Amino acid sequence: MNEGVRLRPPRNRVERRAVGYWLTNELVSVAVPAVVLTVLAVLITPARPWLLLALGIVLVVGLPYALVVPFWRYRVHRWEVTEDAVYTRTGWLWQEWRIAPMSRIQTVDTARGPLEQLFGLASVTVTTASAAGPLKIPGLDHELAAGLVERLTESTQAHRGDAT
Amino acid sequence: MSGAWERLDRRTVAVSALTVGGIAVGIAAPIVWGFVRRDGPVGLVAAIAGGGVLVLAGLVALADWLRWRHSSYRVTDERVELRYAWVVHTLRSIPRDRVRTVDLMANPLLRMFGLTKVKVGTGQQVTGQRSHLVLDPVTRVRAEQLRRELLDRAPAGAPPVAEAEPPALATLDWSWIRYAPVAVTTPILGTAAFGAVMQVADWAGVQNSVISTVGDVFAEVSVPVLVAALVAIGLLIGVVGSLGVFVEMWWRYRLTRDRGNLQVRRGLFTTRSLSLEQRRLRGVDLFEPFGARLMGAARVDVVATGLKEWSERDSSDPQTLLPAAPMAVARRVAATVLGDDPLSTVDIKGHPVAARTRRLWWATYAVVGVGGVLAVLGLLLTVVLVHLAWISVVVLTPVAVLLALDDYRNLGHGLTDGYLVTRFGPGSRHTVALQRGGIIGWTVRRSPFQRRAGLVTIAATTAAKGGQYQVRDLAEQDGLRLAEAAVPGLLTPFLEPRR
Repeated sequence: MNEGVRLRPPRNRVERRAVGYWLTNELVSVAVPAVVLTVLAVLITPARPWLLLALGIVLVVGLPYALVVPFWRYRVHRWEVTEDAVYTRTGWLWQEWRIAPMSRIQTVDTARGPLEQLFGLASVTVTTASAAGPLKIPGLDHELAAGLVERLTESTQAHRGDAT
Repeated sequence: MSGAWERLDRRTVAVSALTVGGIAVGIAAPIVWGFVRRDGPVGLVAAIAGGGVLVLAGLVALADWLRWRHSSYRVTDERVELRYAWVVHTLRSIPRDRVRTVDLMANPLLRMFGLTKVKVGTGQQVTGQRSHLVLDPVTRVRAEQLRRELLDRAPAGAPPVAEAEPPALATLDWSWIRYAPVAVTTPILGTAAFGAVMQVADWAGVQNSVISTVGDVFAEVSVPVLVAALVAIGLLIGVVGSLGVFVEMWWRYRLTRDRGNLQVRRGLFTTRSLSLEQRRLRGVDLFEPFGARLMGAARVDVVATGLKEWSERDSSDPQTLLPAAPMAVARRVAATVLGDDPLSTVDIKGHPVAARTRRLWWATYAVVGVGGVLAVLGLLLTVVLVHLAWISVVVLTPVAVLLALDDYRNLGHGLTDGYLVTRFGPGSRHTVALQRGGIIGWTVRRSPFQRRAGLVTIAATTAAKGGQYQVRDLAEQDGLRLAEAAVPGLLTPFLEPRR
């Protein structure tokens, strides 16, 4: 009691491939505006200095973000499912720990975007009756995710009631 | 047995036609008047406007008649159903055991005809198509009968039981009207009044003459006096408007509890009757809006599941159980509603000094940000903005610092046998008592700054409106202990001794 406690990290890391997925994702979202700005700078001569300035800002801010954050996120993101609760840690600089008791879970879904499919990944979304938003576990192996959904659905069915 | 299909009340056609006709006349009148002033072809304009109003009202009446002709509803032992069957067929069906609210609303026109709208809701948090249905309209007698039937889960068509009105938990005390002028409605209505004058003048094409008239009236006075006069006029209008809104909203206010349902009845022109099943209640929010707080008053809002999307058309706040009233009254009503008095028994603890430091930094950033942007723009564009920059820094700094200090002073949390209490808010202050049984999860957040200061923000997620209630910036140990104690067992497996 007097020594102090802290939240322990959830047991499981996300898939290592998730780093590659995040990296691709971030790089694409930097590359798109960068390409657009470059093309515009080539075409529109009078506005060229301003467009190049904007391009510079996008690259200077975006590239380090895109290259660093995925690895950082991989270190932070963790998840755990026990008999009684789902426990996640997400974020990078700003971190968030979330706990949802099994008895209050309403729905469990998986989602796979095209890029996630390419990396063989899936994310699991756990919804409770709260309007504060669902718990998300991104970057799971897609087969693992499917198994997890099945397991969660089974254990939530064991608890009945309207979960409010 | 299953109930027979019934029609809505036919007079809805007249109500719709009159409503639209009235609005159309209201819009057409200033335009016609504008033509009159400019010596336009008055007869022609009046004829066109009058014809337009009639055609519009006629079309709406026809549309509403079609809706009425093809709509019907029924209450069976299992379900409440509303169907519409013409061109498009729809059937809205709600299982009776899901019905959580039956609310009555009638605007003055409906009341003239003895009608009311009935909204049957399931209290679903998710905004779904099928979460409620509206019977628009039925007679008032039928509406009361429906409410009893649906909320009591009595068999359909059971004869209404004659009974005494349940005792009131609170009724209106007219002295509470003193809190109306200090509400936010005052500046809003005051500002809106000027806008409305300009808008109407614009429709009538006399905007310039209005401005020049005002200019003539105040020709002799200096600019500061003019500004002061306009502000005074705006305030006066705002105060009168706020008093009017208060009277309209809270006329014959009465809070009762009847067999597990809280019920609020109120309204002068538009009467409202809102009910909330007690078991959906997850707590109360003792809310002190800034003005009321200065006068020692508080409002009582409910924290309940499934209130989020209550009636799109009712602009008033249906979640309020008690309008701003003296603190003692508010506490008494909160305690009566909950059947427990966490707000009086709780020991509210303040938060670490680091939380104050954080707030002072926020204040600094805000002031520096505003001043900085103005200064940079000023250097680039015009020197006026540079002056505006230092003036705003001088004016905003004390305001921001006071708000930061107040925000810190208000921060607090506590735990009673049944409730988690959290208090927060700069200026306007919320004190939320949330049933511990209503907590359906935890979110612990930490920013890099909080980590350095040893603070965390914990949020109790709930199925009630807003989705979560935060306890901001408490010491990490206190936060985790609080969450662990509030819902025993949930957090414990995820804690480890600090190394």
